[in-house]
Amino acid sequence: MTSTVVASPQAARAVPAVVLTGLTKQFGRFAALRNVSAEFAAGRLYVILGENGAGKSTMLRAIAGLLRPTSGRVSVFGLAYGGSDSGRGILGQLGYMAHPSLLYDEMSAMENLIYSARLYGIDDEARCAAAITLVGLDPALNRPVGQYSQGMRQRTSLARALLHDPRLLLLDEPFSNVDVTSARGMVQLLSNMRDAGKTIFVVTHQARLLAQAADEFVWIHSGNIASRVTTLDLEMVQ
Amino acid sequence: MTISATPSAKPDATSRAVNLTSEPALRPESPAPSVLFATLMKDLRLEWRSKDAINSMLFFALLVVVVFSFSFDPTGDDARRIAGGLIWVAFLFAAVVALGQTWAREIRNQVLDAYRVSTAPANDLFLAKALGNFLFVSVLEVVMTPLFVVFYNLRVIGPAYLLPVIGLLGTWALVVNGTFFAAISLRTRSREVMLPLILFPISIPALLGMVEATKIILTGESSAKFWIVLLAVYDLVFTTICLTLFETVLDAE
Repeated sequence: MTSTVVASPQAARAVPAVVLTGLTKQFGRFAALRNVSAEFAAGRLYVILGENGAGKSTMLRAIAGLLRPTSGRVSVFGLAYGGSDSGRGILGQLGYMAHPSLLYDEMSAMENLIYSARLYGIDDEARCAAAITLVGLDPALNRPVGQYSQGMRQRTSLARALLHDPRLLLLDEPFSNVDVTSARGMVQLLSNMRDAGKTIFVVTHQARLLAQAADEFVWIHSGNIASRVTTLDLEMVQ
Repeated sequence: MTISATPSAKPDATSRAVNLTSEPALRPESPAPSVLFATLMKDLRLEWRSKDAINSMLFFALLVVVVFSFSFDPTGDDARRIAGGLIWVAFLFAAVVALGQTWAREIRNQVLDAYRVSTAPANDLFLAKALGNFLFVSVLEVVMTPLFVVFYNLRVIGPAYLLPVIGLLGTWALVVNGTFFAAISLRTRSREVMLPLILFPISIPALLGMVEATKIILTGESSAKFWIVLLAVYDLVFTTICLTLFETVLDAE
């Protein structure tokens, strides 16, 4: 198993964070992704937009290695899935937050995070507590996650995704059911992480929240990238 | 709408973010025994809180004992000859209940995806699940065996010290395949039906070994060595096969 550790932020940004080459994913006759080819530079915050069923979450799951492409290729920081290390080198570098919480309802946030940390070889309760505090929750809260509000669960799920300090963050609807104040706090956190050199993909229907923080907006339509607009383009238009 | 990247507006949040990202051991190699142990402890903790598997297994096994005892005279001479079969069939049926529960927890909230995107080895998950199921079924056996002895008026005529050996080998045979096939049936629509349909036929050689070895020891008729060796070989072969194929099963869509 290999984990790639980056020497410097400059070197990290030289390699594209994600490269999709002819990526197609079919579920039976339905093509969720159609021959998508794109390159995403490192150290940027991408906002993925599109209608329901456009293929946003499928693209995120393919980048996370949770879906096997029908055809095409996904590579993350220069490593392709299905290589000699079966993608293990990639997995250590990405944090994934799905629409479902990926948490055990019967365990508290702290217990969930301690277990998640162990999956990455991290044995550090203080670090788990810091991650929970970072998303605005109380690590001492001893209630099972199943009794949390949806917004609290979303924030715990974000803490879980951040825990192992991934270089690439894939967030699917992170702000759904989160109150405005907490959502703004989450955006600020993501913005700071991007400034620290992380690459972040956010699938959302709440683009306004990320209007100030995003580097690029990517529109997905019918399983393909319809357009990509950088914040610089938008500023020039205005 | 003016869109531009904002500078860090909240010093507090920034400093906490730096704290989180500046720990030295962020991407260490995943030490295999630690993941296995953590997953096993997590499963035991969840079972301790819910008691889903253990309660349903105990109730099911108890029901089998009572129903069989109504079907024939449990104190008759034949009881000792068929008791081995009854015990293991009861344990097999009851184990299926527990096997389904362990994976059901992992698909709620798609928690299994969190494992799949981590660096943790697939086989650690499998072994933790199999060991957890082994413990649950062992608890069931410890509780139910005295009941069988009382209900069926059993006395051991053969070498009794071999019974725990048969128990350990037989239980592992049930849970190793059961854990594996429960994972396979996880993504099928009718997984409750699928699991016994796949598991029971493949367990026949092991079941035969357990039943025959137990019967021989209860009756003291001959040597159970052949059947114990058969069980050990069965365990070795199927544990190897399951460990070889589990990563493929875990990553299947």
